[in-house]
Amino acid sequence: MMTPLALGVLAGAVLSGTSLLYATLGETLVERSGIVNLGLEGVLLMGASVGFTVTAVTGNPWIGLAAAALTGGLANALFGWLVVLRKANQLASGLAMMFFGFGLSALVGAPHVGAVIVGLPKWRPAWLAALPWVSASTLFNYDLLTWLALPVALLVWWVLFKTRWGLGVRAVGESPGAAYASGRNPAVLQFQALGFGGVLAGLAGAHLSLSLTLTWAEYMTAGRGFIAIALVIFSKWNPLRAVAGALLFGGAEALQLQLQARGSLISPFILDMMPYVLTLLVLLAWGGSRRLAAPAGLGRTFFGSE
Amino acid sequence: MSETALRPILRHTLVAGAALALFSAILLVAGKNPLQAAADSFRSMASVYGFSELLVRMTPLILTAVAVALPSRLGLINVGGEGQLYMGAWMATAGALWFPPLPRWAMLPLVAAMGFLGGALWAAIPGILRAAKLVNETIATLLLNYVAPLIVSYSIFGPWKALGSSAYPESPAYPDAALLPTFFETRVHGGLILALVALLAYWLLVDKTRWGLQMRAIGGNAEAAQRLGIPVAVFLVAALALGGGMAGLAGMGEAMGVHGRLRQGLSPGFGFTGFLIAWLAGGRPLGILFMAFLFAIITAAGDTLQITQGLPFSVVNILLAMILFIVLARRPGASR
Repeated sequence: MMTPLALGVLAGAVLSGTSLLYATLGETLVERSGIVNLGLEGVLLMGASVGFTVTAVTGNPWIGLAAAALTGGLANALFGWLVVLRKANQLASGLAMMFFGFGLSALVGAPHVGAVIVGLPKWRPAWLAALPWVSASTLFNYDLLTWLALPVALLVWWVLFKTRWGLGVRAVGESPGAAYASGRNPAVLQFQALGFGGVLAGLAGAHLSLSLTLTWAEYMTAGRGFIAIALVIFSKWNPLRAVAGALLFGGAEALQLQLQARGSLISPFILDMMPYVLTLLVLLAWGGSRRLAAPAGLGRTFFGSE
Repeated sequence: MSETALRPILRHTLVAGAALALFSAILLVAGKNPLQAAADSFRSMASVYGFSELLVRMTPLILTAVAVALPSRLGLINVGGEGQLYMGAWMATAGALWFPPLPRWAMLPLVAAMGFLGGALWAAIPGILRAAKLVNETIATLLLNYVAPLIVSYSIFGPWKALGSSAYPESPAYPDAALLPTFFETRVHGGLILALVALLAYWLLVDKTRWGLQMRAIGGNAEAAQRLGIPVAVFLVAALALGGGMAGLAGMGEAMGVHGRLRQGLSPGFGFTGFLIAWLAGGRPLGILFMAFLFAIITAAGDTLQITQGLPFSVVNILLAMILFIVLARRPGASR
């Protein structure tokens, strides 16, 4: 029999894990092609802000969701222009994207702070709602993005590991030179990975403003972009492990809220540290071993094709 | 002036002009008047007080930039200035609150040393992990950025919570002896002198000493340096710790020079901005000074936008990003 605490944590883990998972999947796709986007935090913010603003203006959360996805894709295309075409430093470009996201999201969202929106509809299948301990919680009462989170993770895994395109992306991430020599165009593959990754990041941001909080506030992502980057490493660049990671990290956040509501003596800040400390410990445990599955070409700029 | 001296100035002017034009276009789309914003910003900075505020803003930026530039000589990427800054402020606060009442001449060096130590120890963690070939320092410093502010939050919501401060949590005010002196009735504080000394020390270290030469050897080829008998592991840890100490001093300066207490929002991303300054300056000391001043102007303009145009302060980050985009797009190469 589940205790209500465990139930509350599980329900919360799924809700806050959704945006983490989408962001992590997007970054996994991008990093598999050999590119690190440290500006993920900014992309999430732009997705959240544009999604909220468009929803507030049109009154339709689906249009908002589409706009957020498009924004994410465009943001990553801009990033790709810098690091793929202009061969700029990836870390500096990522930080520049982060600042761009801070500024643009604030500008776009400012007129709509405090607006009341109709968020993404949620539903729960009747047979699940009939279960006694489910009906009293938010468990299984999800919006489309949450229902699709698992299938999308499977899809990203399948695309990366079971399709020719995925093989090409991974080849570019391991060694752009070798991929180029075998007739692939690294720049095209990297741009495609960035585009899809950006769409996923835009959706991740939109889930925060259109489902989780139903508000827009500056910096509302509160470091989730960086948690997602940590999660990519935590899950060894594997989309399926990312599901477990997102649930675990989302669960840490949910546990904190639940304990706070129950007047726990454990400081919420200690719990907030857990995702970061955990990731560092996991890295430490893998340290030195060859099993760390980082794409070999990650972060390097490819000059070979000119 | 010779032509070679003029060219970089022309180039910088062009970059700044193009970035301003792009930013103006975005403001126009948002229905604001960019010329008015520029005039307001200029007016607010042209006064003595306005100029002094620029010096206040550039103080932590110089230090966080050195925190990145120093380890980068060995090829180390320190993106953890933000966390190191918070730990510096945290340790300095511990000193100020726990040391017995001391006269100022004793207290100030002590809290400054504590601030340096806080950042240095925090940066030594990724340094040791890297030297032991366990965890890449880029990832470790990035992750620790998010732990340090939580330690600060934990402290000011818990053991250090000031009694009676209901507005938002903060530590009790520091004793007067622990406050950095301010100059000329402005908010310019002793941290600026510390920052300039640190910049000078950085220049001497990397350009004028044998250590600086050895650091460059490690940055060029660590394996060859090891075979030449340079203790690479020691250098890796020491460089990151020294850099972290600089960021720690920045945190100490903000806490003891500006706020007078330990607070949550001590740094609006000084650590990340410092990374960009160091990168834009290519690690050159004068470049760091120039870029820190430029970034101070940009953030000051952000304040003006907020006050006179009713725009969120954060909007000025777009201008910052535009400058970076242009520089990044113009300069090909993965110079790390």
